[in-house]
Amino acid sequence: MKMDHSLPLEYSTEENKLKILGFWIFLGAEIMLFATLFATYFTLVGRTAGGPTGAGIFEITPVLIETLLLLTSSFTVGLGIHAMRLGRKKAMIGFFITTLLLGLAFIGVEIYEFVHYVHVGAGLQTSAFTSILLTTLGTHGIHVTIGLFWGLFIVLQVWKRGLTPQTANKSFIFSLYWHFLDIIWIFIFSFIYLKGMM
Amino acid sequence: MDFFERFAVPHPSFAIYASMVAIGLTVVAVLAGLTYFKKWGYLWREWLTTVDHKRIGIMYLISALLMLFRGGVDAIMMRAQLSAPDLKLLDAQHYNEIFTTHGIVMILFMAMPFIMFFMNFVIPLQIGARDVAFPRLNALSFWLFFMGAMLFNISFIIGGSPDAGWTSYFPLAGNEFSTSVGTNYYMIAIQIAGIGTLMTGINFITTILKMRAPGMTLLKMPMFTWSAFIANVIIVFAFPVLAVLLAMGTLDRQFGTNFFTMDNGGMDMLWANIFWVWGHPEVYILILPAFGLYSEIISTFARRNLYGYKSMVGSMVLISLLSFLVWAHHFFTMGQGALTNSIFSITTMAIAVPTGVKIFNWLLTLRKGKIVITTPMLYSLLFIPLFTLGGVTGVMLAMSAADYQYHNTMFLVAHFHNVIIPGVVFAMLAGLTYYWPKMFGFMLNERIGKWTAWLLSIGFILSFMPMYITGLDGQARRMFTYSESTGFGPLNMVSFIGAGIMAIGFVLIVYNIYYSTRYASRNISNDPWDARTLEWATHTPVPEYNFAITPQVNSIEAFWDMKKKGHVIFKGEYEKIHMPNNSGIPFIMSCIFFVWGFSFVFSLWIPVIVTTIGIFVCMALRSFENDHGRYISVEEIEETETRLRGA
Repeated sequence: MKMDHSLPLEYSTEENKLKILGFWIFLGAEIMLFATLFATYFTLVGRTAGGPTGAGIFEITPVLIETLLLLTSSFTVGLGIHAMRLGRKKAMIGFFITTLLLGLAFIGVEIYEFVHYVHVGAGLQTSAFTSILLTTLGTHGIHVTIGLFWGLFIVLQVWKRGLTPQTANKSFIFSLYWHFLDIIWIFIFSFIYLKGMM
Repeated sequence: MDFFERFAVPHPSFAIYASMVAIGLTVVAVLAGLTYFKKWGYLWREWLTTVDHKRIGIMYLISALLMLFRGGVDAIMMRAQLSAPDLKLLDAQHYNEIFTTHGIVMILFMAMPFIMFFMNFVIPLQIGARDVAFPRLNALSFWLFFMGAMLFNISFIIGGSPDAGWTSYFPLAGNEFSTSVGTNYYMIAIQIAGIGTLMTGINFITTILKMRAPGMTLLKMPMFTWSAFIANVIIVFAFPVLAVLLAMGTLDRQFGTNFFTMDNGGMDMLWANIFWVWGHPEVYILILPAFGLYSEIISTFARRNLYGYKSMVGSMVLISLLSFLVWAHHFFTMGQGALTNSIFSITTMAIAVPTGVKIFNWLLTLRKGKIVITTPMLYSLLFIPLFTLGGVTGVMLAMSAADYQYHNTMFLVAHFHNVIIPGVVFAMLAGLTYYWPKMFGFMLNERIGKWTAWLLSIGFILSFMPMYITGLDGQARRMFTYSESTGFGPLNMVSFIGAGIMAIGFVLIVYNIYYSTRYASRNISNDPWDARTLEWATHTPVPEYNFAITPQVNSIEAFWDMKKKGHVIFKGEYEKIHMPNNSGIPFIMSCIFFVWGFSFVFSLWIPVIVTTIGIFVCMALRSFENDHGRYISVEEIEETETRLRGA
């Protein structure tokens, strides 16, 4: 395997560069996926069929907690990659575990939020609005959940194998994914929650 | 017994039971044959686990040809049913099922894998690469496509075919009007195949951007590579839309959500809108690589360089942008208002401009060329006038006011077959004939090939030109019969005869493959067509590493310039070559996906959960796997090269 030592470890081999570019393209596809969900959401947001509206069911407190948790986790994963570039394996693992714990807490609050929605009569089947609301939030939530397992596997690999071009590459790609989910959340927060509560 | 009743066909007939027996017997025969000839190990090692782009390409080709015949049988049945007024060969329900599966099979399970075959087989060779960027992902893409296609195809013997049209519009596709599991099959099978296609898109964009031979700048790429690159960009932008759409359809049908329902705020036309936001770019995913193939073939057999290279590229980029801006022209009659219709009319007509540029470029390539009429060239020459006719009727349909007359008539059916058959199918057959020697080391028979091209063209004209007339007279599409007083009878009989002639053409292709396999000379050069691009610069059959020495390119037609101007493209010594290892995970994971899909169709939630876990376990195994590939040594390369040069 040819290595280029002038570049960070995650970019150091040809294969690594390919994987990073490929993942960026994948994120492009993910943007289209969420764009379709958002477009559908904006189409159906007013179609509540006499059921609950956004203003009626959204609660600012859990949403703010979720936002805080996810934004912080994006910061810590960035610190993790910084530590990785400095070659500090333990610090990196620490930051990654912090990220995953914050993600887990996010999922916990989101589950609480979903239970609350069902409790106040805004289930998946209630109206077109609730269907697309829960589908959009759920798609993001499933992404975070998958990310939790993926991140855990990567932490285990870094821990066992150390910082190699392969593990560094995987960690870096994971951080791209995690930042991406954060950006999607910012859109959800602004255009679903804040706009809905206005 | 109650458990098994759900698998019964809701609307059976003798033909369906006969197909069940035939499919059962074929499966038994294949399994028995593999066991008797002790081919299981060979199949597993050389094909099921392969990550070689050439072999994956050939598997796409085999699937596409199989599906061509499945979709073709559907077509013949429809034409037979309509050949005379008030026929009772098929009833309304069977006719619905057949036009639905014909559309899906031909577009997603025939044309798409055919395109994938060309991209897989040709692109790494054309850009001078060893393989695609992610060989393992490529295998997964193929197997997901394959399992999706198989899942779709078993629908008609287990649980019932989808019957709401290939567009599957709601509310017709909802539970109320489509009560069988057929539409569930539609949602799940296409979802599985679509994931595979999306990954192909990512894979090939990366490959083309990053793995070109040294010196091959973007504007020195061969035209087929350009067309495939743009098609893959469209795939990456369009297929996630389809994924979301199918997921919402599944939720509506199986989880009681209200996206496309008629009450609780649902919006049925939302399906049509999102469907065509994917669906219209999809047809350009098919036609652009076809254009690319025509460009290669026309320039090869006009014996001159392609006219207007940059305008070819520019027009394809423009087509790809416009393709996302025209979706509402599929339902001008929905009632979205004159302003919206006008905007979509204009964007639609605008597509004719870049397409026209391409047509003129091909014509100007032919001008002053020394034209050699081979089978691939014959297809290309037939393509130009026939496709132009389809394009012109497309502009007619684009006029939203006039569309109220054409909408949902046979005129539309005639139009899209008129662009797809001469545009895509002829390109596939031309390309197949063109690349056949590179794949298998012998040429297809030219005489039979030309007969086929003529039969298909004449059959095509007889089949589809009458539909323009009956369509303008008001014959609706998707109607299983008509009365004698409509006067549609004679023209539909002409269509049926045309379909029969086309069927003979397709059978001749099979005969040609058989005939040429037996009798064609194996003593052909690496470059039997005197072609111009890099894929012809390596040996036939292509060694697994493609090029012993990575080519160095400094012109668009690198291989031609090597032959005629003495450019040296293979410089330096052999070095050891890094290759990926085979893997069983893509195949196994896709099999699990098949079971997942099947269970999902029938709402069997326990197997769904188990297989979902299985899929994630496969992904986890891949994550923890430590596989750095293998090296082919210099001695091995020398040995292979000497052997291939001697042959």
